[in-house]
Amino acid sequence: MKPLKRLVENVEPHFAEGGKWRKYWPLFDGFATFLFTPGHPTHKGAHIRDGIDLKRTMSMVILAMVPALLLGMYNVGYQHFLAIGEQAAFLDIFLYGMWKVLPLVIVSYGVGLGVEFVFCIIKGHQINEGFLVSGMLIPLVCPPDLPLWMLTVAVIFAVVIGKEVFGGTGMNILNVALTARAFLFFAYPADLSGDKVWISGVGDKVVNGYTGETALAQFAKTGGEVAGMGGQSFASQADFLWAGFIGLIPGSVGETSTLAILIGAAILIFTGIGSWRIMASVALGGLAMGYLLNGFSGSFPDNGYLAIPPYYHLIFGGFAFGAVFMATDPVTASQTPSGKYIYGFLIGVLAVIIRVLNPAYPEGMMLAILFMNVMAPLIDHFVVQGNINRRLKRVKLATHG
Amino acid sequence: MAKTIHLNKGLDIRLVGEAALKTEPASVSDTVLIKPTDFVGIKPKTLVQAGDEVLAGSPLFFDKNNPEVVVVSPVSGEVVEIVRGPKRVLLGIKILADKTVRSLQLPRIDVQNADAETLIKFLCSHGVWAFIRTKPFDAVAFPDIKPSAVVVCGFDSAPLAPSVEFLLQGKEEAFKKGLEVLSKVSGRKVHLTTHAKANNPGWANAFSGTENVVFSGPHPAGSVSVQLHHIAPLNKGDFAWYVQAEDVARIGTLVSEARFDGSRRIALTGSSINNPMYLDAVIGSSMAALLKDQKMADTEFGNRVISGNVLTGDKVGHDGYLGFYHHQVTVIPEGKHREFFGWAAPGFDKFSLSRTFFSWITPSKKYALTTNMHGEHRAFVVTGEYEKVFPLDIFPVQLLKAIHNGDIEQQENLGIYEVSPEDFALCEFVCTSKIESQSMVRAAHDLLYGEWVDSRKEPVHH
Repeated sequence: MKPLKRLVENVEPHFAEGGKWRKYWPLFDGFATFLFTPGHPTHKGAHIRDGIDLKRTMSMVILAMVPALLLGMYNVGYQHFLAIGEQAAFLDIFLYGMWKVLPLVIVSYGVGLGVEFVFCIIKGHQINEGFLVSGMLIPLVCPPDLPLWMLTVAVIFAVVIGKEVFGGTGMNILNVALTARAFLFFAYPADLSGDKVWISGVGDKVVNGYTGETALAQFAKTGGEVAGMGGQSFASQADFLWAGFIGLIPGSVGETSTLAILIGAAILIFTGIGSWRIMASVALGGLAMGYLLNGFSGSFPDNGYLAIPPYYHLIFGGFAFGAVFMATDPVTASQTPSGKYIYGFLIGVLAVIIRVLNPAYPEGMMLAILFMNVMAPLIDHFVVQGNINRRLKRVKLATHG
Repeated sequence: MAKTIHLNKGLDIRLVGEAALKTEPASVSDTVLIKPTDFVGIKPKTLVQAGDEVLAGSPLFFDKNNPEVVVVSPVSGEVVEIVRGPKRVLLGIKILADKTVRSLQLPRIDVQNADAETLIKFLCSHGVWAFIRTKPFDAVAFPDIKPSAVVVCGFDSAPLAPSVEFLLQGKEEAFKKGLEVLSKVSGRKVHLTTHAKANNPGWANAFSGTENVVFSGPHPAGSVSVQLHHIAPLNKGDFAWYVQAEDVARIGTLVSEARFDGSRRIALTGSSINNPMYLDAVIGSSMAALLKDQKMADTEFGNRVISGNVLTGDKVGHDGYLGFYHHQVTVIPEGKHREFFGWAAPGFDKFSLSRTFFSWITPSKKYALTTNMHGEHRAFVVTGEYEKVFPLDIFPVQLLKAIHNGDIEQQENLGIYEVSPEDFALCEFVCTSKIESQSMVRAAHDLLYGEWVDSRKEPVHH
């Protein structure tokens, strides 16, 4: 790697202060630090530093998403061939899914990083690694057949309006990937919801008994019993639950497999990057609300959603994916340790409320997280105020006691 | 039975280069430099000129804000240079030391019968008061303000820090005397703190008249701010005193032997030192003298010589001098290397609070860390990191934000008086975004201290 290192070191002066390409220094720095870790020593403060940096952190999050991505690719192919009633080999299934999903990933990264580079050059900032995660999250929460131009528009919207106008990575109020998802959801509802979009490449040629509705859409009618989805029918409820757990059901690309998401959660928690406080409290909030709503199922027999076992909420739809990869975004979540419990719990509660009580939205995770993103500073305010009050009380005790 | 306080939060950074428990006299330091810059918020005025002869204990300078307290020479010799910086700022007083130290003969004082005022005056004018510092601010204590608590920390939990028991070896009597003096001048019982993992955890019990508190847990258990937070929390307007254990012995020697003891036993540590050990040197020793007998590791980008520890010490260089309060010198390799795809490497050699590197497989391995930053400065992104290494009921991130915003009221609300820059050293170490928080806290304290000092000078209006 010596020649490459020499190349980087040789062109560096052109981008440095006074160099002819000074303007494009963020571009150079972005590529140079991608190839080689920066060689800066400490100048003031602690003389030694932890090995971690934002590149490492973000790489770990991407690594944690890989199981969901791979299973998502396989599942896109699997649902496709089931729906059209064709037998296919494992490799064909996977390649079909990859063929559908890879363009989404490439466009998401290409467009998003392009916008980031432009902003960094304008502002003279270094490239921030934030979009490395957003760029992977966005395709994973989209339906497999989403037109690439829509994705492009959504990514530009999310990066510019969701992040750069606030000052870039670390400054945004709303989760960037969810901003893209919400933009798509409200701008192009026909391509983001309903029963036509969750299975890739389905024309008129479908198997008997085909239904494009997701599990969540069926729950309202059936109270949790699902006999079939897409081109598959389930022999028993246990089969259905198992398919939902391992992720072989229709849905957005990366959110169907609870198993893959749990592997991701394990990586995030073990490495210390994802907040277990948030993940656990989202799950707890969802379960608690689910149990509470079960209590009303007798009074409102029309809404079967009220009656489903609460843990179904955790397995189906974007609940698990949101809890593990979206709610834990440190920039938009609560920043205080106890605030994280409240923030997470309320996300779980709200997601289930929206799912069950709002007939227009069978899925509520996106809106719940976005809403709590906005509320997070308020939660932190009260947590911090609690600390301030403890200190004031101590002063009073000292002066009077 | 001493009270035990357990701290869960914190981090012991496992480094190579701990000093062996053996000591040698340091090579005689040809020159000694006493730096007013080692004192917080000081406005120094010199009492000597180049060419003056001084003895160990001769006054060198005082602080115009706190004029009763003088700083004295640790050695005898000739003042060879008054070092000044831009705008004639006093940077140091350099003394060419004699081969054998001659001490200024001081009057005797009867500690038992002297009143506190007389005793305070004696300590101030003969150089040992400068070792009594306050929380908040870490400035030298004002003799007219009675402290809310007095802490003598019997251990140092910083990376590769010396064993305080070893620093006190042979000075037990002086230490005992010093504790007695401290108690008398403060009008309070002294809190003597020790660590549960000390070689002899009960060593503090040998001293009567002190309130002993045992701490357990990782660094920063040895931070006086952390200890005070759990023993006697500071409110706005409170001043607590703290003195390093060896300097308590220095106070004891002053009153019992009527001379200023300028010696300082230091730990020579760090992975670039071939024979890490202790040296019996003097305050303000030159690095040239301290490092003379050491063969330095030959590293690609040279070595960094630090007065103090790797978290809070000063980069002084091979031609620098030991800081006034420092009892440790650390030498580690400079780290300017670039690593190919370092962000994706397994990282068996990277020390991290997180488990993002495979170094988690070796939980007790010691590391030869370099001065590499391991990344570039970024906006604040990752939350929950600082809290893992900050064992106080204070929100470090929110406090730093209040400092960043210059919101003094919020800083006070969030506990600015209970922390010191050094308490943020681990936050700085673990920070993914490489945010330098010690200097932020220092700047906030400088402002608050300046205002407080000014408020003392203003005439009181009724």
